[in-house]
Amino acid sequence: MFGPLLYGVAASSVMSGTSLLYATLGEIVGERGGIVNLGLEGIMLVGAASGFAMTALTGNPYLGLAAAAVAGTALNLIFAYLVVSRRANQLATGLTLMFFGLGLSALVGRPFVGALITGLPKLHLFGGGGARGGLLNYDVLVYLAVPVSVLIWWLLFRTRWGLELRAVGESPAAALAAGVRPPRLQYQALALAGLLGGIAGAHLSLALTLTWAEGMTAGRGFIAIALVIFAKWNPLWAIAGALLFGGAESLQLQLQAAGADVSPFIMNMVPYLLTLIVLIVWGWSRQTAAPAALGRTFFGVE
Amino acid sequence: MPRDGAALWRMLSAQTAAVALVALIALSAFSALLLAAGGNPLKAYADTVVYVFGNAYGFSELLVRMTPLLLTAIAAALPARIGLINVGAEGQLYMGAWLATGGELALQDHSAFVVLPLLTLLGFIGGGLWALLPALLRVLRLVNETISTLLLNYIAPLIVSYFIFGPWRSPESASYPQSPAFVDAARLPTFFHSRVHAGLIYAAVCLALYWLVMTRTRFGLEMRAIGGNPEAARRLGIPVFRYILIVMFVAGGIAGLSGMAEVSAIQGRLVSELSPGYGFIGFLVAWLAGTSASGIVIMSFLFAVLSSVGDMLQITQSLPFSVINILMAGILFIVLGRRPARRTA
Repeated sequence: MFGPLLYGVAASSVMSGTSLLYATLGEIVGERGGIVNLGLEGIMLVGAASGFAMTALTGNPYLGLAAAAVAGTALNLIFAYLVVSRRANQLATGLTLMFFGLGLSALVGRPFVGALITGLPKLHLFGGGGARGGLLNYDVLVYLAVPVSVLIWWLLFRTRWGLELRAVGESPAAALAAGVRPPRLQYQALALAGLLGGIAGAHLSLALTLTWAEGMTAGRGFIAIALVIFAKWNPLWAIAGALLFGGAESLQLQLQAAGADVSPFIMNMVPYLLTLIVLIVWGWSRQTAAPAALGRTFFGVE
Repeated sequence: MPRDGAALWRMLSAQTAAVALVALIALSAFSALLLAAGGNPLKAYADTVVYVFGNAYGFSELLVRMTPLLLTAIAAALPARIGLINVGAEGQLYMGAWLATGGELALQDHSAFVVLPLLTLLGFIGGGLWALLPALLRVLRLVNETISTLLLNYIAPLIVSYFIFGPWRSPESASYPQSPAFVDAARLPTFFHSRVHAGLIYAAVCLALYWLVMTRTRFGLEMRAIGGNPEAARRLGIPVFRYILIVMFVAGGIAGLSGMAEVSAIQGRLVSELSPGYGFIGFLVAWLAGTSASGIVIMSFLFAVLSSVGDMLQITQSLPFSVINILMAGILFIVLGRRPARRTA
């Protein structure tokens, strides 16, 4: 029993971890610019719904993916306008964005409940083909997950843009004095974060479940926000975090499929409990890598 | 808070006018969106007005809706006064309902005078303990209370589901899992041949106490000090940690009361779909109200009306209830964008 179980866990943790990874990467980019976005859950929902709707309409999952990316970006720009230009409270605005996304995705997804779609195609790598596929048998977002993480890391730590963004996240006043325009960078970072959040949602509906259901992200947006802390705001550590949580989720699914005698409700608690435990352990270690100006509203140097 | 009636009235009417303007803007945008999605917003509004204000029963249903919103809004407003963000009223509601149901199952053969106070207390404790955990994590400086209360919202309904699918499952309802029906002594009284129940009295009492404590006592003053500058408050000798623990426990307890009232008065048993997000709507209410007691009443009323619009969209136009979140969040977006926070905020 254990052989297939382990193989199943490994394969499906990659699948369920992918969505979390994109979401976490997006949140890292925003938070490096000093902005906490608690609305990630709403972004993911809108990404999942709009991606699914577009795929159902056109039959092309890649167009669905594009729609999700556009929708996520647009939604996060509303957030950016409120917290950057209007200087609204980030936590309250983020939570409001979550409710907005919850409602908007329900409206967008409503005509497509129960629709059948062909999800993101599996690309066979390393030989195979046919029903068994090769050694690797995943969709394009899975293959791109690690390269995108490395790309985001490079963007944040090896480019001038990343340096300036991190400066804004540490001290907007100092960055401004050095000739950086904090609002512009924050808008750009949040646009990128929205794009990644939309893609994260689309992976759920277009690759993982192949359905749309209201509230289908089930708190993954908040788990991703916790993963940012776990990853110490580093895109490369986010890969490990996403695999860990993907593993927890898929272990629960595989155990259920294997007919283990544990209540499904107890097993469904595992990802949330694990998130809390990770946060507690990380809080204990007291080493914070959080950007110094995270969550603070910058009022300029008046 | 103004002392004379006229000033109070002026303040309330100014507040109401501002709210009405914002609601109108948000309503127009929401209508456009609904039209684009093929819905009929005007029909939904007309249906709501006819249903809610057309007869006494419809209006009484509005009070039924308002009750959990008032309670969960206080649960968000009270911690906000000391700078804490409690987004966990939804989970606290479920845990209050859960513990109250546990009490009901244990106290089958007693009179209502014994059972109801005990269930109320258990509802309070259930919600309170569920909020105490994030408070402890916050005091120990381990986890921020915003993220922990959010996560606990996802766990509480799973606990409820575990019990009604397992140990507490009623043998009579084979198809639909729920706990056995509450005995009559465990049912909160309802009034005027409607579903308006004693939970509304709980809400009124909590609201009055909230206003009194915040404006008329040393505790309110000290809480405002903590909310303004926790470090300065600590140096003044205010026991900040004790305040965090007690305030979160009481806030969770108040949310728990709404859960207890839902199972005891409305459902008459523990079910898995206890709340269509009352805890979350209550949070929006508290933010819109700026945590003032009068604002909570006005906003709870407004959001109860909006919830009825959501019901109408669901019943007559088969749109999901949660579509109404667009409108509720839209209103808060406008308010958040309209008045930039002060530097000290």
